[in-house]
This record gives sequence, C-alpha cells and structure tokens, in this order.
Amino acid sequence: MVQALTTGLGDDALILGHRLSEWCGHAPTLEVDLALANIGLDLLGQAQFFLGLAAEAEGHGRDADALAYRRTEDEFRNCLLVEQPNGDFARTIARQFLFSSWQELLFRALAQGNDACIAAIAGKALKEVTYHASFAADWVIRLGDGTAESHRRLVDGLDWCWRFTDELFVGDHAALRSEWDARVHDVLAEAGLQVPKPVRGIIGGRDGKHSEHLGHILSEMQYLPRVYPDAVW
Amino acid sequence: MLTDLPQAELSARVFDLLAHVPDPEIPVLSLIDLGIIRALRPGPPPTLIVTPTYSGCPASIAINQSIRVALDNAGFDDVQIKTELSPAWTTDWISEAGRQKLHAYGIAPPETAAGRLARKDTLPAICPQCGSASTSEISRFGSTPCKALWRCNQCAEPFDRFKCI
Repeated sequence: MVQALTTGLGDDALILGHRLSEWCGHAPTLEVDLALANIGLDLLGQAQFFLGLAAEAEGHGRDADALAYRRTEDEFRNCLLVEQPNGDFARTIARQFLFSSWQELLFRALAQGNDACIAAIAGKALKEVTYHASFAADWVIRLGDGTAESHRRLVDGLDWCWRFTDELFVGDHAALRSEWDARVHDVLAEAGLQVPKPVRGIIGGRDGKHSEHLGHILSEMQYLPRVYPDAVW
Repeated sequence: MLTDLPQAELSARVFDLLAHVPDPEIPVLSLIDLGIIRALRPGPPPTLIVTPTYSGCPASIAINQSIRVALDNAGFDDVQIKTELSPAWTTDWISEAGRQKLHAYGIAPPETAAGRLARKDTLPAICPQCGSASTSEISRFGSTPCKALWRCNQCAEPFDRFKCI
C-alpha cells in the first residue's frame, strides 16, 4: 500500500520533472524558462523523497537512484498524463495546470494522513505545488484570455491532455474529483474557455501499462547510469 | 570528547559554529539565519536536525557537506546530521538579523505569517535599492528556487524577492 502509493507519486514527480527539464533553454521567454526549470527541480526533489520511501518499503536494499535509473518502463507507476510530450508551450501549461491542481488537493489530504513519513513529504511539497498550480492557472488565464492564437493553442492543449485526467482519480483518489472539477471549471471560466467535452479516459500507467513515450524518456534519463554504473557525481 | 559536554553547552557551541557557516547560494546568510538548523538532539550520538528549504534545492548537498566540515574541524566529529522534513521549513524561520542582511544584500526579504496566508505574493515588495513600495513582479521564479524576480517602478532596478512560503 505504502509502496504502491509512494512509487506512483515518486514516478509522477520524476517523469514530469524530466519532461519540464526538456524545456531548459527552449522556453518562449527567459522567465518561463526559469519557471519551468524550477518547477522541474521541485518535482525532482519530491521524487527523491517519495522514491526513497518506496525503496525502503520494498525492503530489497535499493535506494531512490536505483528505482529511478534501474527499472524498465513496465515497472514505472506514473500516470500517463505526465509522460505526454511537451507539445507547444500551451500544451505544457495545460498539463501542468491539470496535474498541479490535482497534486495540491492530494498533498493537502496526505499531509493530514496517518502515515507520518508520507505526511511529512506531502506537507513539505504542498507549499511547492500550491505555487506551481497558481503559476499554471495564471498562464491558463493569460493564454485563454489572450490572442486568438494563444486561445486556440490552449484549447488544443487541454483537449490533448483531457483523456488522461480520469486516471488521476482511480482508486483511493476518487474523492478528490469534485473539488478538482470545481477548481478547473473556475479557472477555465476565467480564461474564457469551456471545460473539454467528456472523452473516454485512457488509464494504465498505475499498472505499468504506458504509452511508447515513456521508453524514450527512460532511454535518455537512464543512459548514463546504465552505461557507467560506477559513475559518481 | 567535546560531545561529552553538557547538552545545553554542546548545543550552544554547535549553533554558534553554524552561525558562521554561509548558505552556498546566498552567502550573506548563515545557516542559522536561514532557519534550517532545527535542533541538536542529545546522544549518543548527538544528532543535528537539518531541514531543506525546498524539496529539490540543489544547495542541500553542499549545505550538508559544509556542516560536516565545520563540525569535524571544530572537533564535533561524532555529531550526526539528519534531514527531517516535518515541520516543513517556512520563511518565518529566517531570523530578524537574516532579514536585514538580505535587504542590505539587495534581496527583498519575505513577509512573515500574514503574507504567507495569501495564495500569491500579492503584497508589493519593498525595493531594496530605493525603499519604494511601488514594485511589480516580473517572474514568479528567479535564479534559485527560493526567489522570485521583481522590478521597482520608482528606480527601475530589477531585484530578487525571497518567496514567502
């Protein structure tokens, strides 16, 4: 239970952190470049804590690095949303807004939960993801309420991401749905956007069934530690 | 051994020592100013409790290394260092002296509890160059995880603002 939850949360943070790092040096403005890199950095820190806990729960003497760098894609438990390609800036913002809003609600609940170790990480990370969610919501409003092109691109980005949002609420996380729906609705309304029409949700990441994108991410992320297993920082 | 000192004296000496160890990214602040050194728990072995500012702060490793070196050099070799996340670090723990040092260094210090409650850093920062309260945010993220980028409308200087968390 602890292992499944912490592996999922750690993998979400690790994979999205990696995706965001792909923007480094390529973002539309310097300020956005700094923002996406900083959010990615926060997520990598969270991944390290959650995967450290997951490794401990597993009890096979592995550590967070071993989980990050020595598992194959079918062993990853991140949701499909975070492994989706960045697309353009609007799609990246749509993904971040949908994900960070969910993470904020989840961490608020976990920070009050029974497991002291998970509560400590969630309580710490909550401050960070609240800031991420607020940053992303600001950009959703700015793009949605911006030019015809920024509006169109954000609609496309939301449409792309929407099918992966059902997966955020499977199992124990179902209780977060109504508050998340309300928040997403409010921000999209302020941005002059409609909530995307319901689509058939795609799930599987929590069971290790991933899109082909994850393998490509891992091939880049894991290359160095796999080729040079003795490398140290 | 130095660590055989009475707990209160040991704790005072270790804290005094770390009041001279700078933060690697904002060297004008000591680790004590920053509020990340939480306690020295009695041993054996005595354990120094350190908390990170941000989960992914890249300075965390350098900070632990510089604590280790400072402790070893002062003869506190057997003091252990332990990272604890809870209670989560807040900018309220930056000391008053630390806030003044930040201001003098050109970084607008964070507000205390009242500002933290606001969802965003909506309170205008005070320009550390000219003291004007007419300032605006340029970027929600700055050169390190703990800072945002602001600009003074009065003297036109950009400046870092410590994010309030």
